[in-house]
Amino acid sequence: MAITSLPSSDGQELTIRIQGRFDFGAHQAFRDSYERINFTPKRYVVDLDHTTYLDSSALGMLLLLRDHAGGDHAQISLVNCNADVRKILAISNFEQLFKII
Amino acid sequence: MDARLSILIAEDNAADRMLLSSIISRQGHRVLTASNGLEAVAMFDQEQPDLVLMDALMPVMDGFEAARRIKLKAGEALVPIIFLTSLTEGEALVRCLEAGGDDFLAKPYNRVILDAKIKAMDRLRRLQATVLEQRDLIARHNEHLLNEQRVAKAVFDKVAHSGCLNAPNIRYLQSPFAVFNGDLLLAAFKPSGGMHVLLGDFTGHGLPAAIGAMPLAEVFYGMTAKGYSLSEILREVNAKLKRILPVGVFCCATLLNLSFQRRIVEVWNGGLPDGYVHRIATGERLPLVSRHLPLGVLEPSDFNDACEIYPMELGDRVFLLSDGVLETSNPAEQLFGESRLLNVFAANRQPDLLFDEIQQALSAFRGKAQDDVSMVQVCLVEAESLPRPPLAFADSGQSSPLDWAASFEFRAQTLKRFNPLPFLLQLLLEVQGLRLQGGALYSVLAELYSNALEHGVLGLDSQLKCDAPGFAHYYRERTRRLAELDQGYVRFHLQLLPEASGGRLVIKVEDSGTGFDVQQVLERQRTAQSLSGRGLGLIRRLTERSTWAADGRGVSVEFSWNDQA
Repeated sequence: MAITSLPSSDGQELTIRIQGRFDFGAHQAFRDSYERINFTPKRYVVDLDHTTYLDSSALGMLLLLRDHAGGDHAQISLVNCNADVRKILAISNFEQLFKII
Repeated sequence: MDARLSILIAEDNAADRMLLSSIISRQGHRVLTASNGLEAVAMFDQEQPDLVLMDALMPVMDGFEAARRIKLKAGEALVPIIFLTSLTEGEALVRCLEAGGDDFLAKPYNRVILDAKIKAMDRLRRLQATVLEQRDLIARHNEHLLNEQRVAKAVFDKVAHSGCLNAPNIRYLQSPFAVFNGDLLLAAFKPSGGMHVLLGDFTGHGLPAAIGAMPLAEVFYGMTAKGYSLSEILREVNAKLKRILPVGVFCCATLLNLSFQRRIVEVWNGGLPDGYVHRIATGERLPLVSRHLPLGVLEPSDFNDACEIYPMELGDRVFLLSDGVLETSNPAEQLFGESRLLNVFAANRQPDLLFDEIQQALSAFRGKAQDDVSMVQVCLVEAESLPRPPLAFADSGQSSPLDWAASFEFRAQTLKRFNPLPFLLQLLLEVQGLRLQGGALYSVLAELYSNALEHGVLGLDSQLKCDAPGFAHYYRERTRRLAELDQGYVRFHLQLLPEASGGRLVIKVEDSGTGFDVQQVLERQRTAQSLSGRGLGLIRRLTERSTWAADGRGVSVEFSWNDQA
């Protein structure tokens, strides 16, 4: 599991990339990825391209990010979801809260 | 750190013994001496030294045997034994280590090396002591935790299992400590005799996952017992969980409302894998798909309580499972997954064996026993075949009001979003004499109300429900018309009359609809086995007297009781 975050050049967007299993073990690293930055992004992109597995505590962590990013006003996209990840997001109906691309 | 050790020297040569003693006491340690193995073992028993310097070859008992005995007596604690030896060939040195020695020191003695070896052994000894201490601490904590879990589980069981999971039409599988996996399974009889079932799965594991289960269970049982509908319970549960749970903790859940009389099941699924309605006659399995966000995520104003309704026949089953089933993984880290589950379904020939077949498939796949899986199967049976517990009351009922009348008119705006039944039931059950018939009373009120609302105010034709597609159409139409409703009413007139040895309740219900042909409906019910209009027969069976107004716009039913009975 490795989590990296990268701001866009204009500082408007933060891309969080999750590699490997996205589960409770990633809790602290995931929080750090958006809390330990010295700017306030307008938009967040969570890149799940190399995410092999996602469990319900990962869904909880996504909700924490959403809360951090302004709750109902948060702009968060989940991108590069593979079929398994997409299925888990669909069962929980997370497309109502996140833009899933 | 206290570097002063008590060191036992076992050496048969008196000169060597004295030399060693003086070196060691000059290094600040306490010295104990023995002149053969047997003495050394006795001295060990008596003084419990921290470290032993052991000559290999001694009379009476040699160092090898003494080392074995001392190691045995020391048990888990590390009492380092350094062999003192003039032996040089490898085999002899190996014997020292095999007997339990930790190191050896060649004669003649070099005091610098001796000091360094004692220090090194002391470090090992302390490390071992720390490890043991921490192990014991962890064991104590763990025992404490398990004990707390046992107590918590006992409390939880009182709350969560106060329902009817043991009803003969329910089959379920849950690990004994499932609550600490975040899984929750609840079932309760409605006052009308139907059943509410909830399978939930909180995010996370352990106590944080279990903690939300308590308020959820309380709300579920409390509101079900008072006659609230599934939608109302869902709203309350969601609001409560949203209020008390931290962001990121929520509950994936499927709720069922089974009406045995009406032969339907109402379903709400937020975040659990597909459940299934299994039709026995056709073998068909309808998936119950998650349409909502889990409970505790959305603000009450955004929450969607829309349920789906499916007709069922006697013997049909509803099957629900937690994601633990699909996420069971094998040694190669593959998941069991939906397609394997569907294969088990497809291979199933005897519905009664389905549960066992799934369990077998899971253990075959995983290669060992399963402990974090929750499944439940509920069968639609004749309502009469189930034991109905009496309604529970907190008060003594001594101050029973006996002689009163009340009328209520619920108008369009109210009908849209308020369910008057719990309110009316609570009022009527203040009357002691009616409590024994609480279930029948509620069933009848519920039938009268839904008839007045659906067929009267909303003008829905129950004949629509003649087949499954029509059935779905009926409930879509019900939702649409209710949302658009801007006029109409349902009236309840309640009349309580004391009698010589008991009393009588007369309920009249009227609605703003166009009425119906009473004779024709009753006739149709006697002849047809359709999905519609089971209500009137039920009302007739459960009440003492029931009469319909000639124009079909009003109905009057009576209940009476006898105090001596």
